[in-house]
Amino acid sequence: MDIQQNYFAFLGVSEAFDIDLSYVSERYRDLQKQLHPDKFAHASDREQRMAVQYTAYLNEAMATLKSPLLRAQYLLTLKGIDTHSEASVSIDPAFLFEQMELRETLESAKASDDPFDVLESLSDRVEVQLRTLESAFKSAYARGDDTSLEDAAAAVRKMQFLTKLSSEIAQAEHDLDG
Amino acid sequence: MALLQIAEPGQSAAPHEHKLAVGIDLGTTNSLVATVRSGEAVTLPDLEGRHTLPSVVRYCEGGAVEIGYAAREAATTDAHNTIVSAKRLLGRGLADVKSFQDVLPYDFVEGEGGMPFINTAQGERSPVQVSAEILKHLVERAEESLGGDLKGAVITVPAYFDDAQRQATKDAATLAGINVLRLLSEPTAAAVAYGLDQKEDSTILVYDLGGGTFDVSILRLSRGVFEVLATGGDSALGGDDFDSLLAEWISEQADVRTQMTASLSRQLMEQARSVKEQLTTADEAWASIDLAGKEISVSVSRVQFDELVDALVKKTIRACKRVVRDASLSLEDIEEIVMVGGSTRVPLVRQQVAELFGREPHVDIDPDRVVALGAAIQADVLAGNKPDADMLLLDVIPLSLGLETMGGLVEKVIHRNTAIPVARAQEFTTYQDGQTAMVVHILQGERELVDDCRSLAKFVLRGIPPMAAGAAKIRVSFQVDADGLLSVAAKELSTGTESQIQVKPSYGLNDTQIADMLRASYDSAKGDMALRALREQQVEANRLILALEQALNTDGKVLLSESEQSELHNEILQLRELAQGDDTAAIEQGVERLAKASDEFASRRMDANIQKALQGHTIQEIEKGA
Repeated sequence: MDIQQNYFAFLGVSEAFDIDLSYVSERYRDLQKQLHPDKFAHASDREQRMAVQYTAYLNEAMATLKSPLLRAQYLLTLKGIDTHSEASVSIDPAFLFEQMELRETLESAKASDDPFDVLESLSDRVEVQLRTLESAFKSAYARGDDTSLEDAAAAVRKMQFLTKLSSEIAQAEHDLDG
Repeated sequence: MALLQIAEPGQSAAPHEHKLAVGIDLGTTNSLVATVRSGEAVTLPDLEGRHTLPSVVRYCEGGAVEIGYAAREAATTDAHNTIVSAKRLLGRGLADVKSFQDVLPYDFVEGEGGMPFINTAQGERSPVQVSAEILKHLVERAEESLGGDLKGAVITVPAYFDDAQRQATKDAATLAGINVLRLLSEPTAAAVAYGLDQKEDSTILVYDLGGGTFDVSILRLSRGVFEVLATGGDSALGGDDFDSLLAEWISEQADVRTQMTASLSRQLMEQARSVKEQLTTADEAWASIDLAGKEISVSVSRVQFDELVDALVKKTIRACKRVVRDASLSLEDIEEIVMVGGSTRVPLVRQQVAELFGREPHVDIDPDRVVALGAAIQADVLAGNKPDADMLLLDVIPLSLGLETMGGLVEKVIHRNTAIPVARAQEFTTYQDGQTAMVVHILQGERELVDDCRSLAKFVLRGIPPMAAGAAKIRVSFQVDADGLLSVAAKELSTGTESQIQVKPSYGLNDTQIADMLRASYDSAKGDMALRALREQQVEANRLILALEQALNTDGKVLLSESEQSELHNEILQLRELAQGDDTAAIEQGVERLAKASDEFASRRMDANIQKALQGHTIQEIEKGA
């Protein structure tokens, strides 16, 4: 068993952006039942350690495939394109401008009359944009030539922005309650 | 299932032996112990028939230690020596604890590594020791009532507990001499108690409003596997806050705010609690206060009470919505709601939760006992009493783990709600030319600034070869096990210089302290340390032998050649002989040797198990397709 085999193969689906998540979850649970450290509560220390390693790998695979952003990044990594590092890649100005606007809305939300309402509608906007980028990624990735893959990478970089913003919105809500 | 049999060594020796295991709910105010007896989970009462044990420990002048009701009686007369709410102090630093100083009358002193100790009539005591006393008391109760030694215990912790708090809980158990089968999060235990694991498929929200904390968790259940999808809540919100608001209101109505004394404030809190309890069924209740012989009565209606606590309940509702979103679900996706904690008896709470999700929550099991009952069921499975049980509980880490980077910022390495166990690595570099050492500072929390997160541990990686800034590559790897406990390693990639730490949080006890305390407790209780060490090695040797024999029976013929099999049988014989003797060191070496000899076999079995899981699927797919 090569633990380094790719996550898609490990979880039994083919390399693509669209995957059958319910199938992957089922496969994930089957593997968990075989590998989880609780199943080795009475086994030797070595087996317990191995169980931890295997399950950790399995969890990593699942986390990657479950998240659209991580899945997209991983697909590109398999094609030799790294979108993790913050290299100086230019992003189109219109998008950046819109990001600034969204962030200003986030900043001013805290001081508004009904901050939870503002944050919720902001969060909805971000979700819509993310869905659009995901489908842009999907078609670019499916075309598969070098230029298209660059387009796919550009979509992923935008998804990174929005995913980060989305977690900041969640944090802002948390802070308001704190 | 084959693998479960492997993990179940006792079976080959005595197939029907029932192993004694308990679930312990170590609570802030009360603790409970439960077990599965004749297939049913029950909490175990003391000799007087009381199930809950107040989580209170009193260190009396003269050396006696009182635990539970007796200690609680003394909480006001001997406040300095009577420790209540130790759970709030577990895994906290002196600085955190200072914020409780107003409510807790203890004389805190700083111990090693900033850990808070409490000065008592019997010297300095740590929250870990206090918790250990409670755990020990519960285990003794269980052993007396079940008539035998416990094989182990599942101890529950709030879903929100960070690494330091989990570690401190485990330290307390170690100190109490308990074999911890698993630290289990409280909401998961509650869902198990309701038997929701019997269902085929379900999405469950657990709403746990205790005395001092509020936790909300979403669990996904699918064919016997529980997965915690997301957790959230508020570690400083609970039924006690309801009581405080009500007490405040009563004192206003009675016009006694200017005459506040410690005894009056206690009376007010007691009355508030009683009024709150009466209002769960009645529409109106009376609070009566004795002020220097004069009795003052105040009437409180359900409507007034609801108005008072409405903002707090709303806060919990917002937290529910947020956790649902964290789990990438919508409100309609929640199929079951489980209520935990005494404060969920408040009708307004039930009503608002029911309204939010458009369905009635589960309230049939005593919300104060439900966690202990669920822990007992899990303990029964982990102890191996149910080899056919399909239940598996998968957990997530409640708070992100990260490292300090330049400028006092935290770089997250593992985000909260990541399924555990998990291993993840991140590369860092040096920021100065010729830098040869690097401090690795591990933090837990959601905020960006180091100062806003909890510091778990710090260590130094030395021996980095002098290079230009940014040229060295240091890989820091995090590993979190199934109990949520963390270890961290750092490695400089060009030279292979390595450094690692089992994260013993800054506020937990270090190993020497634990060893010292263990020794002290054995010296007084059991006497002979050497004998205990020998017993432990013998148990370990037998455990390994049984596990290996079982494995050989199941998989030996398939996975090993004949000579490999006979070699292992030979090694087993040798260790068995050693284990009958009394040379502790020799047994230890023997165990080590056998473990090493069976290493290759273990890894082949692991591979075979994966193959089995994969093949199972292929067949299903074929059937599905046909």
